[in-house]
Parts: sequence; structure tokens; C-alpha cells
Amino acid sequence: MIEVIVFIAASLMVIGGALGVVLRSNPVHAALSLVLTLFGVAVHFVSMEAHFLAAVQVIVYAGAIVVLFLFVIMLLGVDKVEDLRTEPMMRQRYLGPLVGVGVLGLVGTAVIVARGRTIVQSVEGLDTVGHDANVKQLARSLFSDYVFAFELTSVLLVIAVVGTVLLARRPNKGLQAAREKAGVNA
Amino acid sequence: MIAAADVTPTWYLLLAAALFAIGCTGVLVRRNPLVMFMCIELMLNAVNLSFVAFSRTYLDIKGQTTVFFVLVVAAAEVVVGLGIVVAILRRRPSANADDIAELKG
Repeated sequence: MIEVIVFIAASLMVIGGALGVVLRSNPVHAALSLVLTLFGVAVHFVSMEAHFLAAVQVIVYAGAIVVLFLFVIMLLGVDKVEDLRTEPMMRQRYLGPLVGVGVLGLVGTAVIVARGRTIVQSVEGLDTVGHDANVKQLARSLFSDYVFAFELTSVLLVIAVVGTVLLARRPNKGLQAAREKAGVNA
Repeated sequence: MIAAADVTPTWYLLLAAALFAIGCTGVLVRRNPLVMFMCIELMLNAVNLSFVAFSRTYLDIKGQTTVFFVLVVAAAEVVVGLGIVVAILRRRPSANADDIAELKG
């Protein structure tokens, strides 16, 4: 009973926030609706006993990523309302929801048709004994079977940081002038 | 009515499908690059939700491990994406996604 109530409440948060992201024309409101959706997903994670992922969801997504969005919005001053009338591709605005309904129908039908099919459970099983069982099991999986992928993510993050610094940097005027004087084609 | 019902993985998968469809619609309908990024985040979250639901169904931690990697890649993607958006919007403050159709400065 309580699970059903939690599921419905969190699902209302998720769907309401998602609709807010798509429908609010002000980007700041869209970002705040995104927080609502991400919190709803975190509640779902808790109710599915994925405690570590719920914490990471709140810290990384609702904390870092949405704040990054808000920073960029404020930095660039693009927090003005999107004019919905100037539309270069007029038909796309009406075809878009159609595609959405199509995706929902397709995936929803597949899920409903396939419900209750045979379930092959893993030999390991999910550890639920103890208050930190989920974290321990996830860590054991991450640092044994997936340790190479885990190390590769650090390379990915370094590349992302360096690339972003290069992209966002203003071209150095003094350096460019010096290069032109020296006849080097940058 | 639903008091006797149990929360099955099907419910979570249907919710994930709805979330994915909303995000997909958003990417197609909105023209502000920042809001399009947010809609991509919605789709990633829908997939994460179904990964965790399957992890719970099959009693296998690997689904949750995958979600961890998706989170890392999503963070890196947002950082690079917002860097590109900043670089474009600094040059043309009113640019929307259709103005950036040609890969020229």
C-alpha cells in the first residue's frame, strides 16, 4: 500500500516536472522543473533500494548539472521567453508531439505485452542485508568486474574538462597579434 | 481500487517510457539549445529508471553499475555541450538551434 502511494506521488513529480521542462517557455522555469523530475527519479531509486544511485542522483544531477544549467542561463542572459511564433520549420512543432505519442505507444505496448515473461535471475542476487549492503555490492561490482571501464571514465572526464576550457576560452588577442607578426598561420 | 495492487516493474517501465517520450518531444519541439539539453537529460533519466527497475527484477547489481557509468557520461556530455552553447551564444546572443545549421562561425 505504502509503496503504491510513494510510486504515484513520485511519478506525479516526474511527469509534472518533465512536462514543465517541455512546456515552460522561460529556460529558468524549465531548469527548475528539471530539478523536480530528477528528485522524483531519486525517490524511485530509493523505493527500488538503489540507495547509492539515489544519493548520486541528487548530488550530481539536481546539485551539479542543474546548477551548471542555471549558471549558463544567467551568464549569457538568455533567460528571456522563447518566442513560439517565429518557427522556421512550422510543421515540426506539430509533428514533434506525434512522434512522442508514437514512441510512448510503441514502448508501452512492448512493455505491456512482455510483462510477466520468464525471469532468469542472476546467481548472485541483490544484497539487502545491512544498511550499506547496496553500496558495498555496487562498489564490489565497480572495482572488480568494471574496474577498467571505471578507470577509463577518468580519462573521459579529463578530456571533457580540457575540451571545455578550450571551447569557452576567448581567443587571446595579444598572442594572435604576435603570431601574425611572426607570420605563423595558427 | 489500487490498494491491493503491487508495484511491479511494468509500472516503472511504463513511467520510463512516458518520460522518454516527453523528452523526445521536447528535443523536437523546443528550439532553445539549453532546453534541448535538458530534454536529453530527461531521456537519459528515463533509461536510468528502467535500468534500475531491471536490476531489481533480475536481482542483478550490473544494472545499477551501468547507471553509474551513464551518470558519469551524462555529466561529461553536459559540460562539453554547455561549453559549445556558451561559445555559440557569446557570438550570437539570440541564436536558436536552427541558426546553427551550418558548421561555420
